[in-house]
Amino acid sequence: MSVLVDANTRLLVQGITGKSGSFHASACKEYGTQVVAGVTPARGGEKFENTVPIFDTVAEAVDATQANASMIFVPPEFAGDAILEAADAGIQLIVAITEGIPVMDMMRVRHALEEYSCVLIGPNCPGIITPGACKIGIMPGYIHRPGNIGVVSRSGTLTYEAVWQITSQGLGQSTCIGVGGDPIHGLTLQKAVEYLHADPDTHAIVMIGEIGGSEEEEAAEYIHARVKKPVVSFIAGATAPPGRRMGHAGAIISGGKGTAQAKIEALKKAGVRVAQTLGDIGQEVVAALRK
Amino acid sequence: MNIHEYQARDLLSSAGVAVPRGAVAKTAEEAEAIARSLPCNSFVVKAQVHAGGRGKGHFQDGYKSGVHLVKTPHQVRDVAQHMIGNTLITHQTGPEGKPVHSVLVGESTEIARELYLAIVLDRSSGCPVIVASQQGGMEIEAVAEKNPEAILREVIHPGLGLQPYQARKVSIFLGFPSTGLRAPCRLLHAAYRLFIEKDCSQVEINPLAVTKGGDVVALDAKLNFDDNALFRHKEIQDLQDPSQEDPRDLAAAEHHLNYIGLEGNIGCMVNGAGLAMATLDLIQAAGGKPANFLDVGGGASEQMITAAFRLLQADSSVKAILVNIFGGILKCDLLAQGMISACRNNPPRVPIIVRLQGTNVEQGRKLLKESGLPLIPAEGLMEAAEKAVTAASGKKGK
Repeated sequence: MSVLVDANTRLLVQGITGKSGSFHASACKEYGTQVVAGVTPARGGEKFENTVPIFDTVAEAVDATQANASMIFVPPEFAGDAILEAADAGIQLIVAITEGIPVMDMMRVRHALEEYSCVLIGPNCPGIITPGACKIGIMPGYIHRPGNIGVVSRSGTLTYEAVWQITSQGLGQSTCIGVGGDPIHGLTLQKAVEYLHADPDTHAIVMIGEIGGSEEEEAAEYIHARVKKPVVSFIAGATAPPGRRMGHAGAIISGGKGTAQAKIEALKKAGVRVAQTLGDIGQEVVAALRK
Repeated sequence: MNIHEYQARDLLSSAGVAVPRGAVAKTAEEAEAIARSLPCNSFVVKAQVHAGGRGKGHFQDGYKSGVHLVKTPHQVRDVAQHMIGNTLITHQTGPEGKPVHSVLVGESTEIARELYLAIVLDRSSGCPVIVASQQGGMEIEAVAEKNPEAILREVIHPGLGLQPYQARKVSIFLGFPSTGLRAPCRLLHAAYRLFIEKDCSQVEINPLAVTKGGDVVALDAKLNFDDNALFRHKEIQDLQDPSQEDPRDLAAAEHHLNYIGLEGNIGCMVNGAGLAMATLDLIQAAGGKPANFLDVGGGASEQMITAAFRLLQADSSVKAILVNIFGGILKCDLLAQGMISACRNNPPRVPIIVRLQGTNVEQGRKLLKESGLPLIPAEGLMEAAEKAVTAASGKKGK
């Protein structure tokens, strides 16, 4: 078992002919993901790497290949439209990697998606991986190892750090999900924790947050009320100056809200083990499993 | 992106929000001429800088306050003379202050009531939200803390936009009589339209004044814009004022680097925003102070690495550099090549601590070792931070 993606996932790539799209479509394919189609308007009929058929629209691609997940590399000005096209074609899992989508576009997209049953991961995220089975995203595959630790995070490289520490401890991951660094995005930390908690093959959960917004606090409430599995957390940005956007559009302390201190406090209250510094995540996971 | 008050005022005015009469002046003569053209007998002169707290601020030469109320055009000229070319220091500018190149000269308004109005993004609902309060002229955070029921938050559906009943509800909350809702409702619709059309991240009108004559006018306003949407607003991009930005930030923007200047002495170069933030935390946990936040991004090119490195080297406050890279898409060997070529053209002036992990890490470490550059390698995260702190303090590391 795993969360959201497994060996049966059939992936299509929107923006497969672009520089990043083609690079990562290749990498996912090499990892073992079933990449069944690509979509680039006006390039329909061509083939990607001589094997993967390219279509003009997502609907055509779904009809021909029964794709059920999409990975989006479309440039920011057109990415909102690409997400809506995927949802409308019946795609169940949409992973938007694109960074820099205007907030106003994402506001409209998020509301439109309420009409559909699909799950959106991202945008501005590393993607999702079930080690050994399916990789949808830009994470380096080799740092992962199949196992029983579920990982969810708002940051790409911090996820890699955590995953690498878990792997270095001789453990592995069930599924790793990067929800993305934008202020308005699809899957929330809490929802990701819910999925991981419901997965019998996930024995412990690592949740990595950062300053800005209140998703960590909301997840903490849920963990406190429902989660029986051990949870380890790390929050980045304890020393970030207020009012400055720290790289991610969503990583900003504004009006005294969204501080790392408030998040850490909420998590500790919920019984979560919070790693003091980034380098301590692996050891905290080991300690949490031993308890 | 930030803009000046006079620019925000112009944008609001063309969107249909009433503002006091006035104009911007770049010289004392212009300031006087503007005052003479205004049909009133009391004027306000405001220094234009990208910072709040101007009224309570002071100038580098000791001249008091960035906001003056005067009676004659001649006095307007005198105040403008003091402000233009001077540097204003407020609690938001830092000790170095911000240069004043222009002043806003306006009619002084007789105020009956001061209100607060803002449109911002509500992250949890993913909608725009109108924030309104009768306690204008104060910082909204202070009101929220002491008196939360004095604030109304009205969430707007992004598909439907601001509905007339919502505008009426906000206006009534702001204390307008039911027979006098037309002006505030029109203002709310105009401000909302501006928020949407220009991809604002914030429209804040504080204070929103009700004059003794019964007009509703925006006395001061702050607009912020979504950087991600600037590509479709050339007219907003053109409002940028480089003189108000940290020169280090400007140099970084030229190379598409994600950079924020800070006050410490340890320069950082990291890939990924989350890792960059966590690296600042590590440095402070080790007892040091970072000089900057710098995320070279997941897919940085060799040229970007070289530019980033040059930027850190050029910063005279930097006493040591910490490079912390987890190679994913950005391969460690490429990073190493970028660093080596940057150091070849520009020999390192301060100790450099390098912590590499991830894709092609062995090749990267080997390249750095064989380069003969005086780099200090580190494997652990805390170890790297501690070595950087030691190096920056001038003590010899191990």
